[in-house]
Amino acid sequence: MSENTAAVVRPRRTRQTGLGLGLLAWLAGILFFLPIAWMALTSFHSEEDAATNPPSFGAALTLDGYREFFGTGGGASPWPSLVNSTVASLTSTLLVLLLALPAAYALSIRPVRKWTDVLFFFLSTKMLPVVAGLLPIYLFAKNTGLLDNIWLLVVLYTSMNLPIAVWMMHSFLSEVPVAIIEAAQIDGARLPTILTRVVAPIALPGIAATSLICFIFSWNELLFARVLTGVVAETAPVFLTGFITSQGLFLAKVCAASLVISLPVLTAGFAAQDKLVQGLSLGAVK
Amino acid sequence: MTATTTAAPTAAPTARAEKPPSDRLRAWATRAPLLPALIFMIAVTQLPFVATLVISFFDWNALYPDARRFTGLANYTEVLTDADLRHSVWTTILLTAAVVLASLVLGLGLALLLDRRFRGRGLVRTLLIAPFLVVPVAAALLWKHVLYNPEYGLLNGLLHYVGGPQPDWISNTPLLAVEAALVWQWTPFMMLILLAGLQSRDQQQIEAAKVDGANDWQIFRHLTLPHLRRYLELGALLGSIYIVQNFDAVFTITSGGLGTANLPYTVYQSFYQAHENGLASAAGVLVVIGSIVIATFALRVVSSLFREEASRS
Repeated sequence: MSENTAAVVRPRRTRQTGLGLGLLAWLAGILFFLPIAWMALTSFHSEEDAATNPPSFGAALTLDGYREFFGTGGGASPWPSLVNSTVASLTSTLLVLLLALPAAYALSIRPVRKWTDVLFFFLSTKMLPVVAGLLPIYLFAKNTGLLDNIWLLVVLYTSMNLPIAVWMMHSFLSEVPVAIIEAAQIDGARLPTILTRVVAPIALPGIAATSLICFIFSWNELLFARVLTGVVAETAPVFLTGFITSQGLFLAKVCAASLVISLPVLTAGFAAQDKLVQGLSLGAVK
Repeated sequence: MTATTTAAPTAAPTARAEKPPSDRLRAWATRAPLLPALIFMIAVTQLPFVATLVISFFDWNALYPDARRFTGLANYTEVLTDADLRHSVWTTILLTAAVVLASLVLGLGLALLLDRRFRGRGLVRTLLIAPFLVVPVAAALLWKHVLYNPEYGLLNGLLHYVGGPQPDWISNTPLLAVEAALVWQWTPFMMLILLAGLQSRDQQQIEAAKVDGANDWQIFRHLTLPHLRRYLELGALLGSIYIVQNFDAVFTITSGGLGTANLPYTVYQSFYQAHENGLASAAGVLVVIGSIVIATFALRVVSSLFREEASRS
């Protein structure tokens, strides 16, 4: 807000400040992206080149970091954890859809009485912190032999994402005009036909965005996975915690690992970019 | 039943009062799709919390299960009087407030920059969102090892060029180090919410103000900011709800050491490492009380936005 004088001599000054603000936006974008760009570059450096001061920007590129990460160097293989994360994220997302779609239908297209109260009940569970139920869940898992079991995480991730999904789906299904549904009913269409032919085409992009956001949250989750899994059901973020106290030269490997494990989230996030705010604000912002 | 039908003005005005039994059946048919989700949520989120509440009134160390006994509020007094635990309450407040405020201010600046038309706006938006889409543990590792490392981290590497000092970031300013990493991740979140707010402004009103000779600052101060208030509140509250629970960054960057342990980390540590079930539960209940305070405000903001949305359509 330094250009107070800009208002006085408008025509030329505004064009200049416009250009300046555009440049500033670019600078901010590059600055925020810099750590990620540097992480990507480092992941393709050899360990020796990765750990230099001043940094070696133009060092030779190699895939050693990735080879090291995928376990060809003799370390623990990340594949089981990647498979676990994929199973937990995909299954819980599917489960969320199965539970959230009918619920959202009963809250928007054919609403139950007091549907806003129900909607806000779902929201309130999202505000209950994870630590609130962590210990009883841990004790329950320990006593029933569910510790280190990926299906326990599937159930917990489903509960974590269900409120978000119900809210998002509600806001997407509300966009389906009631008049179209009534017209279809008058034409004699039955419920399955209405759902597949009328509701689905309009709500599908929203359903896709909801799934991507649920996938991201499940993939990222650490606290439950850290406490409730061990050797067998370890997820990708838990695998990453192995790098917290690593000694010696391992920067390229850490960067490769972080990048590979973040790749599904980056892809899903960019795919859902336009609906991301709506999901994160639980449908409050469109 | 007939008295309550007036409460549902949206209901189709068909001849439904004639057959009460089928009416009730239809009401259940309407409710049925909702029940699986509702029951699932109650079972998985509400029951464990009730259990936490019960355990919090017991003196219970998992290593000595036989010595378990009811102690009333003793765990709460211990949590609130123990120096370490009280410190973690303070750390939680400090961490949450600092991260939310800083990312809100930065996010507002970025949203204002992105609200203007310029070459490559879409690409800049994508670059700015990226930090939010790095797995939290990976982001924390990136800051801890790749940026903060005193010997070969990028920050000291860049300082080297200008002949600056070579500080040990995490040891010197541990809490600030955690906060900076979180601000980097959460600024894009705030930016997205505020950008949505900016783009929902009444353009005609702004044009009218311009015609009347208002300058950019006056438009921002008297039109944009009041309109953004809701979105600022929403960003602050949602951010608080997520950051008050933060575990990943504290766990990864400092492992709760150097005075950076927040309540979620303390809860994790006191039952997972110290096996103090009763104490951990009491601390957990305190986190919930804190969240409820924030959440009450959050729910109010969300419901006001929600009503606005409903009245528009």
